[in-house]
Amino acid sequence: MVEVSVFDRIIERYERSEESLLAILQDFQREFHYVPEEGIRRLSEVLRVPESKIYAMGTFYKALSLTPRGRHVVKVCTGTACHLKGAPQILEALERELGVKRNGTTEDGEYTLECVNCVGACAMAPVTLVDEEYHGQTRASKVMDIIRKRTEE
Amino acid sequence: MGAINSIEQLESYRRELASKVRADLPTVMVCFGTGCQANGSRLVAEAFMRVIEEQGLKVGVNLGIKTTGCHGYCENGPLVALKPQDLLYLKVKPEDVAEIVEETVKGGRVVERLVYRDKITEELVARYSEIPFYKHQHRIALRHIGTIDPTSIDDYILVGGYSGLAKALTMKPEELISEVERSGLRGRGGGGFPTGTKWRSCAAVDSDVRYVMCNGDEGDPGAFMDRSIMEGDPHSVIEGMIIGALAVGSHQGYIYVRDEYPLAVKNLTSALEAAREKGFLGPDILGSGFAFDIKISRGGGAFVCGESSALMRSVEGNVGEPRAKYIRSVERGLYNRPTVLNNVETWANVPEIILKGADWYAGMGTERSKGTKVFSLVGKVNNTGLVEVPMGITIRELVENIGGGVLGGKRFKAVQTGGPSGGCIPERLADLPIDFDSLTEAGSMMGSGGIIVMDEDTCMVDVARYFTAFLVEESCGKCTPCRDGLPRMLDLLNDITEGRGGDEHVAMLEELCDLLTWGALCGLGTSAANPVLSTIKYFREEYDAHIKERRCPAGVCKALITYSIDAEACTGCRLCAKKCPQECISGERKKPHVIDTTRCIKCGVCKDVCAYDAVRVS
Repeated sequence: MVEVSVFDRIIERYERSEESLLAILQDFQREFHYVPEEGIRRLSEVLRVPESKIYAMGTFYKALSLTPRGRHVVKVCTGTACHLKGAPQILEALERELGVKRNGTTEDGEYTLECVNCVGACAMAPVTLVDEEYHGQTRASKVMDIIRKRTEE
Repeated sequence: MGAINSIEQLESYRRELASKVRADLPTVMVCFGTGCQANGSRLVAEAFMRVIEEQGLKVGVNLGIKTTGCHGYCENGPLVALKPQDLLYLKVKPEDVAEIVEETVKGGRVVERLVYRDKITEELVARYSEIPFYKHQHRIALRHIGTIDPTSIDDYILVGGYSGLAKALTMKPEELISEVERSGLRGRGGGGFPTGTKWRSCAAVDSDVRYVMCNGDEGDPGAFMDRSIMEGDPHSVIEGMIIGALAVGSHQGYIYVRDEYPLAVKNLTSALEAAREKGFLGPDILGSGFAFDIKISRGGGAFVCGESSALMRSVEGNVGEPRAKYIRSVERGLYNRPTVLNNVETWANVPEIILKGADWYAGMGTERSKGTKVFSLVGKVNNTGLVEVPMGITIRELVENIGGGVLGGKRFKAVQTGGPSGGCIPERLADLPIDFDSLTEAGSMMGSGGIIVMDEDTCMVDVARYFTAFLVEESCGKCTPCRDGLPRMLDLLNDITEGRGGDEHVAMLEELCDLLTWGALCGLGTSAANPVLSTIKYFREEYDAHIKERRCPAGVCKALITYSIDAEACTGCRLCAKKCPQECISGERKKPHVIDTTRCIKCGVCKDVCAYDAVRVS
């Protein structure tokens, strides 16, 4: 259970208007790695916006997740250039090695595997992001090494 | 110094800045674009600072050093440019830095192993502007990127920044609008709508509140020019928007940026603060009495929010669903007020057009597509990156002269333009000039300028399937043709790529395409047929091979291919057997290996790790 004051501290950073909804939800996401139900409730009270509307945003925007994500988020870029240069093979290898499907989180809560439709680093395709760190010109066989190294640090 | 209160003060401030700059001072510019940072340019910059300190050199006296935005040649990063010699060093590592300081900065000599080497002629090209990738470019939207520090407003002012605004403040709104109209500038985000016309329509609507907005929700996969501009030259976008606000009479602007571009958000935020401090934004811009400010709105990772009405709903704090287009956003846009929404690259062009005039800009490009366009040349091509060239260049010139031809000497098959709303243009049409109208005529579209090069190893049916899957995921679900039609199209394409295609599949696809084109609510749906229709039109034989012969000619579609090992090329190194996740490769050391195809899952790991190119796909 997260204290209400933690949500309030984030909400206070922004103007009290509906315009701030998405930004606040993104900050929740960064802070907790998901948008907690209590956070939606609190935001609804403070901004006087129906919970259903905030919930709709939570399900609509891909940057937001209503269930906890793993401690490490691995994102495979599936933009066109990456697709042509082997992103599907990388995704499959990661699904196999981590034992989860895309958008899944490993049982130990360590990794979430996601796809992103282009991170705009196409000249370095195929690109994989491990906790927002870009790795260009990766190959299926290399990506697991990167992840292992990264999580050891 | 605080706010600049007049145009005269701006000019004297610029002169003051210029007087402190020594043109002959050796200057090191380390690229801090997303690509180069991923390749380690931060470590290179740190190494420079270390070496400078160790050698007792003084920044500003012995040398200058700065970090810049993206040079566009990301695959060769980290890039380091050097003045005054106009050099570009590629793939610079921290251990190269001491030598660069010793040889180039102090000695004025070139470190040859770091310069561009032509892949065919082996010729070394040290000068930045003579590297083939840059030689054919003409940079307007990208004019400052790579030479200025995007976090320094002084750097922008020094290269002439905000003089477009200064000139605009002396002009009437009507003159600004007609200047942009006469320049022929068309929207760089995809549709190609004439910018001046948009401004005029917005200004004509009777309203006390108007908005100007910048669409930085660059969603087309394969395009990243807007990221590069927002990261590398944020003030050019801000300056363009202030001019737009002057023209239409707006006092509040918004920049909508993709959340996937953290560096762009950071650099834009600090640029807005600096612009406010200097008096380019705020209640009294340059002492003119004109008030305007800009807010940043971060996107939430939804492709459909690149569509104008969805973007506006998203900024207002709603789910980003589009609305029907009979109400135009120039009349009722953000908060139902008249709104001008232009793309990042469009805004970045505006200050130059005002400064140098409509005739200068209209002197470039083709009859109906004026000026230059930034393309992101990516995929199976030797030189990948961002290039800015006059409109009307042919696809072949772009791929061969600037791109250096197809990767690995393979056969050039097609280019894909316009992202998921565009289509594939075959090699036989490669002499087509690239402009808004000819691409649309060929069944594709300009989009935001992604040019994805495809070679003989690309399966065109798989490409159609890829884009359809992309759109299924990104459809907002509001209108039925898009929500339910796209998944049906994907089912049919999956059938074809997985060997279940029948004679009627292509006809059914065409019927669904027709339904979407005429029935969907917004641009995402109405253009969703382009990837499928263009591949059927130009590559029908590939569809037929999948359906009639159960064969994928490019060797991509997994259900239709088998992996095997060429016994003559195999050295028996055992690497593939060790890496195979199915453990279905057998063979003794130093003897040819064999894949058990009944257990093979076609993951491609063996082909990926084989150093002898012995794994075959058939």
